[in-house]
Amino acid sequence: MIDALRTAMGRGTPSDPLDSLSDKPLAVRGLTVSYGDKPAVFSLDMTVEPGSMTAIIGPNGAGKSTTLKAVLGIVPRLSGVVSVFGQPLAASRRRIAYVPQRASVDWDFPTRVIDVVLMGLVRELGLLRPVRGHHRQRAFDCLDRVGMRDFADRQIGQLSGGQQQRVFLARALAQGADLYLLDEPFAGVDAATERAIIDVLKGLKAEGRTVVAVHHDLSTVRDYFDHVLMINVHKVAEGPVAEAFTEDNLQRAYGGRLAANLMDQLQLGGH
Amino acid sequence: MGATMLLDALTLQLGYNATLVAIGAALLGIAAGASGTFLFLRKRALVSDAISHSTLPGVGLAFLVMTAFGGDGRHLVGLLLGASLTAALGLWAMHALTRHTRLAEDAAIGAVLSVFFGFGVVLLTVIQTVSVGRPAGLEDFLLGATAGMLYQDAVLIAVAGALAVLVVWALRRPMTLVAFDAGFASAAGVNVRRVDLAMMGLVLAVTIIGLKVVGLVLIVALLIIPPVTARFWSNRSDRVVGIAGVFGGVSGFVGAAISATAPALPTGPIIVLTAFALFAVSMLFAPGRGVLAAWLRHRRQQRRIHLRQGLLAIAQDLPIYERYTLQLLVRAGLARADGVPTELGRRRAEKACRDESRWAVARRMHSHESAVSRYDGLLPIEDVFTRDEIREIDRQIAESGGGCA
Repeated sequence: MIDALRTAMGRGTPSDPLDSLSDKPLAVRGLTVSYGDKPAVFSLDMTVEPGSMTAIIGPNGAGKSTTLKAVLGIVPRLSGVVSVFGQPLAASRRRIAYVPQRASVDWDFPTRVIDVVLMGLVRELGLLRPVRGHHRQRAFDCLDRVGMRDFADRQIGQLSGGQQQRVFLARALAQGADLYLLDEPFAGVDAATERAIIDVLKGLKAEGRTVVAVHHDLSTVRDYFDHVLMINVHKVAEGPVAEAFTEDNLQRAYGGRLAANLMDQLQLGGH
Repeated sequence: MGATMLLDALTLQLGYNATLVAIGAALLGIAAGASGTFLFLRKRALVSDAISHSTLPGVGLAFLVMTAFGGDGRHLVGLLLGASLTAALGLWAMHALTRHTRLAEDAAIGAVLSVFFGFGVVLLTVIQTVSVGRPAGLEDFLLGATAGMLYQDAVLIAVAGALAVLVVWALRRPMTLVAFDAGFASAAGVNVRRVDLAMMGLVLAVTIIGLKVVGLVLIVALLIIPPVTARFWSNRSDRVVGIAGVFGGVSGFVGAAISATAPALPTGPIIVLTAFALFAVSMLFAPGRGVLAAWLRHRRQQRRIHLRQGLLAIAQDLPIYERYTLQLLVRAGLARADGVPTELGRRRAEKACRDESRWAVARRMHSHESAVSRYDGLLPIEDVFTRDEIREIDRQIAESGGGCA
């Protein structure tokens, strides 16, 4: 019965579907998440190539953020398997860094910039290990990479939106991971910050690390990313930008709501 | 006479029992302030109210059970055990309501709090009317009473309070992380549910040991007011925890001492009012986040901005429109009452204009981001940049042919 269902849902054998993907940075099969009665993400398959930069795009409510959160176990999965570098999530946490949406926290929280970055070392520090000079040095270095070192002692409430975003990125850098998952890192930031962030992300790629970002600005997909995952609850397309980022796919993902002149600006290939 | 008695109480010279109560209340306050801080930072302060009200049926049930088995129904440890059981049940009910229905937490708190408390009141009333056992004193759990506190009661509070502080210290890192960013904590592998459970367990423990002293109606104040007060004094969560502990301890000690001076003064409410006094003083006078400091800052800022605008107007030979601006210029000897600038005024105006164009350049230079973000429209440029940096800025101004005449 379950086998029949799987076949009907387009999945082959009931044996471990992740076997053949054992070393991919991220492989997801049949991911379904539901808030209430309606699925937010339905039966999503996704494979992220090592050293790639992947944009997750889709309209509002398409389940982009939910996908990231479900992959990380922040929201419960209704079904589906997640493998990170060939291992289950629990065994590979230390290889993942996460940048949540900036608006998801209270920026009046009593803490300084440096303390936020040190949160990235939570796995290393554990409960009781004291924060030592070399930990602090690493946090400073991460702040340096996002151009925020001079802000280390500021209360986080004093930061602008772009600066907040860079502090979040610095915290993810401090996690020293191989796979970076970012939720709308460019949302509501100024041009200078966008530049600084993309430079850091490209630097990570150059080091052979893998980046996956929920992204909303279609005009920069081509410049910033090499792979794209297009979703609207269901998966619409996945692959290298040149192949998957097409007008057809975009119209399918966005339900034909994209204006023709925008399509022209995007200089879409593969039509 | 009242004053000397209070002094005696504060210096622990009012006798054995009063001393015991004051020390016990101080320890309770420290534990409540420190653990309440995380509840406050997690924005779930009112959960403690539901927990404390859920203790009442436990008190009644424990009394009945102990009496039924022929014991003394007022045995403190037994009563507190019963209280913890129903409080845990209330906590679980609240959790289940928010998890399995679409009820928000505030609604679940209201439902659990009133139902458990109502049931508790019914139980106590029944116990009193059928007069089983010797129920006198059970109602003390509502508002707290310390008159009959025994040595072992104080020891119980001391040990449990010290344990609570120890747990706060050991779990401060995950609790802070979860309070600030639960999503990130969860992604990093922190078990958010378990951390929340530990936090609730702490609050439950503090509530239970505080029942006798402060009473269940007001223990919530001892968990919330000290952290809120401490927040006025620091922007760092670790310090807020410590300061909240101190404020809680002081409130407990002073409150208990005051209530010891007159038998009619109930301990719990006096402790809470003491905590409130500290809150009121902090809210008004704390530097930085205090109301007075904020008002003074605002006034000072406004004055400086008006002066600056006035000087810029002088530099560009524009009329000064606002009376307040002119008043300030006149008072500083920078202009005459008819708006004509003095010699000093002209020189200052020139400098203000030059600095303004320097800032404009600095804003375009990305390397100065940190310095520029401190600019409030008034900061003397020499305070922020070195002489070499200013020279470089001036060079760029000259290059672009801008600047002040």
